Amino acid sequence: MADLTIEAAGSALAKGELSATELLESVLTRASLTEADLHSFLTIDHEGAMAAATGSDERLRRGEPRGLLEGIPLAVKDNFCTRHLETTCGSQILAGYLPPYDATAVARLRDAGAVLVGKTNCDEFAMGSSTENSAFGPTRNPWNPERVPGGSSGGSAAAVAVGSVLGAFGSDTGGSIRQPAALCGVVGFKPTYGLISRYGLVAFASSLDQIGPFARTVADAVTLFEAVAGYDPLDATSYQGLVPNVRPTLGEGVSGLRVGIVRELGGEGYDAEVAAATSAMVDKLADEGAKVSEVSLPSFEVALSVYYLIAPAECSANLARFDGVRYGLRVPGETVEEMMARTRAEGFGPEVTRRILLGTYALSAGYYDAFYGKAQKVRSLLIAEMATVFEQADVLVSPTSPTTAFELGAKTQDPLAMYLSDVCTIPANLAGTPAISVPIGLDSGGLPIGFQVMAPALGEKVMFQTAAAVEALADFDARPAMAVSP
Amino acid sequence: MPVDIDIAYVARLARLGLSAEELAFYRDQLGVILEHAAKVQEVDTEGFEATAHPLGIVNQFRPDEIRPSLDRGEVLAAAPATDGVYFVVPPALEG
Repeated sequence: MADLTIEAAGSALAKGELSATELLESVLTRASLTEADLHSFLTIDHEGAMAAATGSDERLRRGEPRGLLEGIPLAVKDNFCTRHLETTCGSQILAGYLPPYDATAVARLRDAGAVLVGKTNCDEFAMGSSTENSAFGPTRNPWNPERVPGGSSGGSAAAVAVGSVLGAFGSDTGGSIRQPAALCGVVGFKPTYGLISRYGLVAFASSLDQIGPFARTVADAVTLFEAVAGYDPLDATSYQGLVPNVRPTLGEGVSGLRVGIVRELGGEGYDAEVAAATSAMVDKLADEGAKVSEVSLPSFEVALSVYYLIAPAECSANLARFDGVRYGLRVPGETVEEMMARTRAEGFGPEVTRRILLGTYALSAGYYDAFYGKAQKVRSLLIAEMATVFEQADVLVSPTSPTTAFELGAKTQDPLAMYLSDVCTIPANLAGTPAISVPIGLDSGGLPIGFQVMAPALGEKVMFQTAAAVEALADFDARPAMAVSP
Repeated sequence: MPVDIDIAYVARLARLGLSAEELAFYRDQLGVILEHAAKVQEVDTEGFEATAHPLGIVNQFRPDEIRPSLDRGEVLAAAPATDGVYFVVPPALEG
């Protein structure tokens, strides 16, 4: 049962062939068998999940209206605030923090009838590409525990890959949903900026952060997206227009669609097997009638530099709130400044400290224009380039990550090498556009390869249509060995 | 060339009480990262304004309605030190 899709489980639940409590017990058994190897969860809420599952079963018995995710066991990344359930963001500075409220996305999942199984591990404050920056220990890759699951939402990706939940949510600031989805062999989607409320998502870089789903199929990712998307007055950046209706065109294929291959997202630094699998998928799309052409976006060459000025700058401002006053850790000091400086030095790990320092410098007097201001202008140039390219192409495609999953510890001493694993995913965050990673196969080492589809802002319809076609053409049905039943 | 930064000043601005060894460690790493990031300065951005919002959306309004806020007791329960009504911190001014 832990291997069911959301679609199949939802249908079995609605017909009464399966109860929500049986389904929950099944995924909890899977988690109990895999967590010692994976560490994909920081918190499993047995009591709360059982109460939610029992409630769902009672609603069915009484014949009450059913939510979109009725009885479906899900998890959210530990940077989503969950009322009275520990929320740490993978940081010592928030160890033991019990939020007084639910994030809007969490509240909407509960309203849709979902069963919240727990909170997934992540890089501290979502800063990282391997989940090794969690203060509570790394998550491991379900396909090979010597490898990283990607990050920063590595716990969500790994939990979905093994069936400890049927779906999960993460946050994506520079690729933190799509890159771990690619490395764990699941679907991961970052929507257009503003389509999912971020109220209650602990902020990292506010002009880039987006919430999005992980699932085993594209159709399940659509369902999870539909359950939480839409305007929220509690998030001032929430999009006030209609959420694109993507379902009607999901099965329409790619015949006649214009598919652009991004020249800058390939070549040196890309695994040969990743490049070959990407080309093979593009050929299949062409065989299905897609009009394939190569496109060039020169600003993608500097996107990583732009990102590593803007994201740390915004992080240095957002993380100022962790000062030992209102929540989390406090290390005593004689004055308030000493207390804050000691609390922050002790509470933040190295990557968060590094980014706060980098961002503080980039925003400081005398350097603002040369670093942060200039980066935001190059960002405008990148957005303009993408708008031009999207006049010639309906979607853009690329690998999701230049490599498959790397070994634990391989990049922890070299921040720049770690940052480079986000080179394909960052442009969509800078432009606020939707992008999805779909698994298309395994490399010769048995590690998953992800294929990225990008679309213009609010272009979710054509993005999902293409992603569904990619999924069907790839016919990827391999599962990690540790996900084999029971 | 790696960018040379006054790391002690930056750490003070960021309220990070780091040791001398930590400061030296981060100064060297940041220098290398900033050298890479400085590539943005070579890009011709003539005619481009800084991005304020990726979709260009400005001034979103919602009705100004009174709605419940968080319960004070619950909020204070998460704080390291309170007097039951306010957060309590060490002196902000010396003497």
